Amino acid sequence: MIQGLRLEMRQSYAFVARNFNLVKRYWGWEVVWLAYSIANSLSVTFIGAGAGEITGETQINTNFLITYLLIGTLVWRFLASIFNNISEMIAWERWEGTIEYTFMAPVHRFNQMIGQTIFAILYSLIFTVIIGVVVAAFFDLDFGNADFTSATIILLVGSLSFVGIGVVASILPLLYPERGAQMTNIVQAFFLLVSGIYYPISVLPEWLQVLARISPATYVLEGMRSALLPGTVEASPMSFVPPLLLMGVVMLPLGIYLFQRAERYTKRTGKLKRNG
Amino acid sequence: MNTPRFADQDALVVQDVVKRFNVASQPWWRQWFGHTTNGQEPANGEPKPLKARRGKELITAVDHVSFTVRRREIFGVLGPNGSGKSTLIRLLSTLLLPDEGTVHVFGLDVAKHEMQVKRLINRVSVEAAFFKKLSPKENLLYGARLYGVSGAEADRKAREILKRLGLRESSYTSPMEDMSRGMQQKVAIARAFLTQPILLLLDEPTTGLDPRSKLEVQSFVNELRDVHDATILITTHDMNEADALCDRIAILDDGKIVAMDTPEGLKQLINRNGHAPTLEDVFMELTGKELIEKDDLEDFEPEKVLT
Repeated sequence: MIQGLRLEMRQSYAFVARNFNLVKRYWGWEVVWLAYSIANSLSVTFIGAGAGEITGETQINTNFLITYLLIGTLVWRFLASIFNNISEMIAWERWEGTIEYTFMAPVHRFNQMIGQTIFAILYSLIFTVIIGVVVAAFFDLDFGNADFTSATIILLVGSLSFVGIGVVASILPLLYPERGAQMTNIVQAFFLLVSGIYYPISVLPEWLQVLARISPATYVLEGMRSALLPGTVEASPMSFVPPLLLMGVVMLPLGIYLFQRAERYTKRTGKLKRNG
Repeated sequence: MNTPRFADQDALVVQDVVKRFNVASQPWWRQWFGHTTNGQEPANGEPKPLKARRGKELITAVDHVSFTVRRREIFGVLGPNGSGKSTLIRLLSTLLLPDEGTVHVFGLDVAKHEMQVKRLINRVSVEAAFFKKLSPKENLLYGARLYGVSGAEADRKAREILKRLGLRESSYTSPMEDMSRGMQQKVAIARAFLTQPILLLLDEPTTGLDPRSKLEVQSFVNELRDVHDATILITTHDMNEADALCDRIAILDDGKIVAMDTPEGLKQLINRNGHAPTLEDVFMELTGKELIEKDDLEDFEPEKVLT
């Protein structure tokens, strides 16, 4: 039993170590992506700083608006990074030409997903913290009343359902070798639009608000704002944990099940071989 | 379908295996949700005729292939490009599911007992599939961990094997993309050997290697069988290599086995007046001649002959 557990942990660790080695070897790209992400987050946050000048209103609480947008941009960076790392795992392997080797190894997909998830959460946390520290340094923000413990719990629980969505999205490059990777961007764009990253979902058309309620990112953002910007949302931060937990419990096993079905389909049709 | 019969000494039993590509079938979402047919199952007792996907040609890559490889045997599969060798290897290594027939590895059905079979096998393919920015060390440790080998043990064994195969120590930690194709292929061979498979599938493993490296790999393959009790299935275009390494050889053409015997037995199949036939003569006789006949038929224009 212990030997079996050690084997499975070693297999999951193989993916964590491999991915961090890839980050190390592609460090130039990582620097470029980090610089781009910082610039992007700053641009969004400066909208808050310039709100008074844009509207001509002098009574706008710009610090509140800056914090509101900063939470949106950082949470989105974190969730999008998790989604990308999970959904692109097949696209990477196709691009490198290693997919057959990985799929031939005696590894349960669950162990592979555990490894990918650990890497995705660690990588995204490091990346988001760096962006957050740099962007926050440009402004004089007050987090005196913030509840960081609840914020961390909400972020981690919320990331589980995004892992599940990422696993489902990673099926696309498996089924469509040539255009699957691009299709995952559409999934990401959908969540960006409906989840209230930079605005409350109440400003959306009603039919989009319905879709917003099935996006885990909506609950993560509302929960984070409730924890870090007290008074923005009526509900308490921890009230957002149960729906997020439920989504995670449903999405993760569903994602792995669908992935296994897709894997079998590709083995029957010979789609595993093509490198795109 | 007859149930395959196994003897204790059988490492691999391939029975009546067929693999087709570009078969028209229902889209994946209809197959997943409620509609279980893939468009090929019998309807009213009569099998439906197979159709190709729109704009594609129906390809039968492996066509009713049967053979048995005994434990500790080195079994060669020869065939021209596109004859179905790599598809056959993919079927044996769980990367493809057969449309018909069965494949058993040490008594385990590859479709039903996929995970157990995966633990027994490894494969070296003609393309050295690696993360090219990573070093041999990083790639090999990744591969070994997937098979449950610890990093420290994999590192020690990888250094031993690569030294044996003549790879420079300094290359071990440099990116794979800086290495020649031959060197990359040696790392691919080391990756497969690291997991100590009892059935090793070698798909043109020495393609791109210089003559000395080829000999080193061949000697290593022999050692793997003699010392580690491994069974080896190898595909190659190198007739000398097949002659030197293989206990038995199957010749594949158009997805079908056209001959199967020991190298000496195969040579006796053809008659060469004046000199002893080589394996290359046998190969050309059994595959090249048939191709010429087909080409002749396709290109034959009687009116040109008459004028």
